[in-house]
Amino acid sequence: MNEVRRQTLAVLVDNEAGVLSQVSRLFSRKGYNIESLAVGTTTDPAVSRITIEVLGDDDQIKLLSNQLRKLFPVHSVKVLTPERSIRRELVLFKVRAATGEKRNEIIQIANIFRANIIDVAIGSLTLAMIGDESKIEAIQKLLEEFEVLELVRTGVVALERGQETIYDETKEKGEFNYGKNVL
Amino acid sequence: MQMTGAKILMECLVEQGVDTIFGYPGGTILNVYDELYAYDGKIKHILTSHEQGAAHAADGYARSTGKVGVCFATSGPGATNLVTGIATANMDSAPVVFISCNVSENLMGKDSFQEVDITGITMPITKCNYLVRDVGQLADIVREAFAIARSGRPGPVFIDILKNVTAEKADFEPLPRSEHSANGRLGALMQRSSQNFQPPKPDEKDIDTLVEMIREAKKPLLICGGGVVRGRAQEEFTEFAEKLDAPVAITLMGAGGFKGRNPLTAGMVGMHGSQAANRACAACDLLIAVGCRFSDRVATDPKSFAKQAKIVQIDIDRAEINKNVKTDHHIVGDAKRVLAMLNRRITQQSHEEWKENVFSYPTETEYDMGDSALTPKQILSAIAELMPQDTIVSTDVGQHQMWAIQHFHFDYPGQLLTSGGFGTMGFGLGAAIGAKVGNPEKTVIHITGDGSFRMNCNELATEQHYDIPVITFIFDNRTLGMVRQWQTLIYNKHYSQTTLGHAPDFVKLAEAYGLRGKRVAHEDELRAAIQEAMEYGHGYVIDCVIDMDEMVRPMVGGGSPITKFIIS
Repeated sequence: MNEVRRQTLAVLVDNEAGVLSQVSRLFSRKGYNIESLAVGTTTDPAVSRITIEVLGDDDQIKLLSNQLRKLFPVHSVKVLTPERSIRRELVLFKVRAATGEKRNEIIQIANIFRANIIDVAIGSLTLAMIGDESKIEAIQKLLEEFEVLELVRTGVVALERGQETIYDETKEKGEFNYGKNVL
Repeated sequence: MQMTGAKILMECLVEQGVDTIFGYPGGTILNVYDELYAYDGKIKHILTSHEQGAAHAADGYARSTGKVGVCFATSGPGATNLVTGIATANMDSAPVVFISCNVSENLMGKDSFQEVDITGITMPITKCNYLVRDVGQLADIVREAFAIARSGRPGPVFIDILKNVTAEKADFEPLPRSEHSANGRLGALMQRSSQNFQPPKPDEKDIDTLVEMIREAKKPLLICGGGVVRGRAQEEFTEFAEKLDAPVAITLMGAGGFKGRNPLTAGMVGMHGSQAANRACAACDLLIAVGCRFSDRVATDPKSFAKQAKIVQIDIDRAEINKNVKTDHHIVGDAKRVLAMLNRRITQQSHEEWKENVFSYPTETEYDMGDSALTPKQILSAIAELMPQDTIVSTDVGQHQMWAIQHFHFDYPGQLLTSGGFGTMGFGLGAAIGAKVGNPEKTVIHITGDGSFRMNCNELATEQHYDIPVITFIFDNRTLGMVRQWQTLIYNKHYSQTTLGHAPDFVKLAEAYGLRGKRVAHEDELRAAIQEAMEYGHGYVIDCVIDMDEMVRPMVGGGSPITKFIIS
């Protein structure tokens, strides 16, 4: 299966100035457009985790991972397949609620999707929802009926299912098994 | 012991065994140059005319000696003038540590005089770069930078130090180089990813697979790439080729990795490759590429390149595997080590019929010797005849580069200095100066064209000032020859902006710089000039007047299959 699709890469890096731009510039200079990017610290404050979504086929993603591993601030890289990982994104919607009736309808939709109402004003409602790609798309489609004034997404974060972690995929191991799991 | 940042930097260079620095001072790096003053006698500094010349000199020094080159520059324009040199080193995996100083912390980010974000600019063209804002980290960073530059696939590293850091004091503990990898920042990095420093141990099973593939092959072909040169693996490679009894195609960067006179040499491969080498790529059944990344100048059409064959790639850099050409098998590791392992396992083979087939085509281009007027062939033959066989050859970029590499038989890694990946016109003179400084006992020549030479000929001043006896041969055709060749063959003879005219007078130019020069238009004049240049013992420029329409042959068009010669 070597078709172009949305792929998720989890990257552990040194939490230092310039590292994020180093990682993101690698994508642009190799000709890839980053679809989504989320960064935060990990249990170790000296280490950050970057989750990147990018369009590419499996071969391209392998080459990209190898290029990423060459960067010295990069500790490890893991390709997270949709089947073996859980992915979530937080999205905030500011929706026009012109009348009380409209507001009630929006609240109903929010309840069905388990979204939270986090701000109410005359004429608008702000919803917060955590979900994966398809859930966000679904609610967005419904909310667009009421006019979405503004929305913001955090970018996808993802973890592998089960006990396995990114720490099993240290750079060392990834490189040692160069012929097997990486290429 | 408490020391200033500038002194810590110098001490770290001494620790690394640095004896030569190429550079150019300026406002922000003054503290470092002031400290350098105290190291007179320990560390030699070569002041060039331009920072680009310093960058190429450090690169040429590194390529020819195998040691790490060091280059200094000041902030702003000093640092940006290095950029082409850094990119050149990066594309050809040359180990160079570039050090510049930036404005002080209190001026940083304020668009201060001569301030530039050089770490941002050089990020994509270095193996790694650093902005040093804390004097306490300086020693650790310099140690790490040198380790990174020389290990694995070598490459340039950039260190930008804020001016205040060079004046501030910190505690410095001298540490012998052998202990660096177990201490400090580098120690932590080594623990986390030692593979970045020590190439992975080749997988035994992968080696076995290749041995099996070799056993089955009837028509094996080897490609000697730049990795053989950088990894100084010529002995292992030669043994491998001879045991395999396989023809060897040599890439531009691989020149010197396999003796040009070895009967197994099929010549250069690629856009200006020989008939024998290129046709062998399209006829072999097993192609083993060592330290070669299949650039577009080698695999002109990656889709059709050696499609009939099983392709095996041996490379130190895992990210190169399958990048340009899809391979059937690969081994990640240092060329020297992988080849030694293979040599232990393979038995002597014989491929007479296949070799006969490959060598039925010419391995070198038969250029016309000409009669009265001077031809490139005459110039190169005279050089080969009159100058020592171990002469280091530095080139610029263009027709003269291809002619020189097609014609000379290189014997050892580091004998040819050329900008292969980046194709930097103006590389040659700086590189030749660096090579001569690093190899004072060897003859160093600089082969150039009039176009390339005009770019950085200001370094003749450096040659004169330090009395660095480089002999420059200008292939003077009053045009940008390679571009003209493309215009002749592909662009309907529209010679758009490639004609250079007769200025400057290169003989007078050499004289203006305090050197000697001679213009030659006939072979006997040329031979006399070479003799004179060698006896003279100082910088010398020989302006060789050749015809404008000489071409590099053969030629395969970009994007075309490797055997589709536009001209043969």
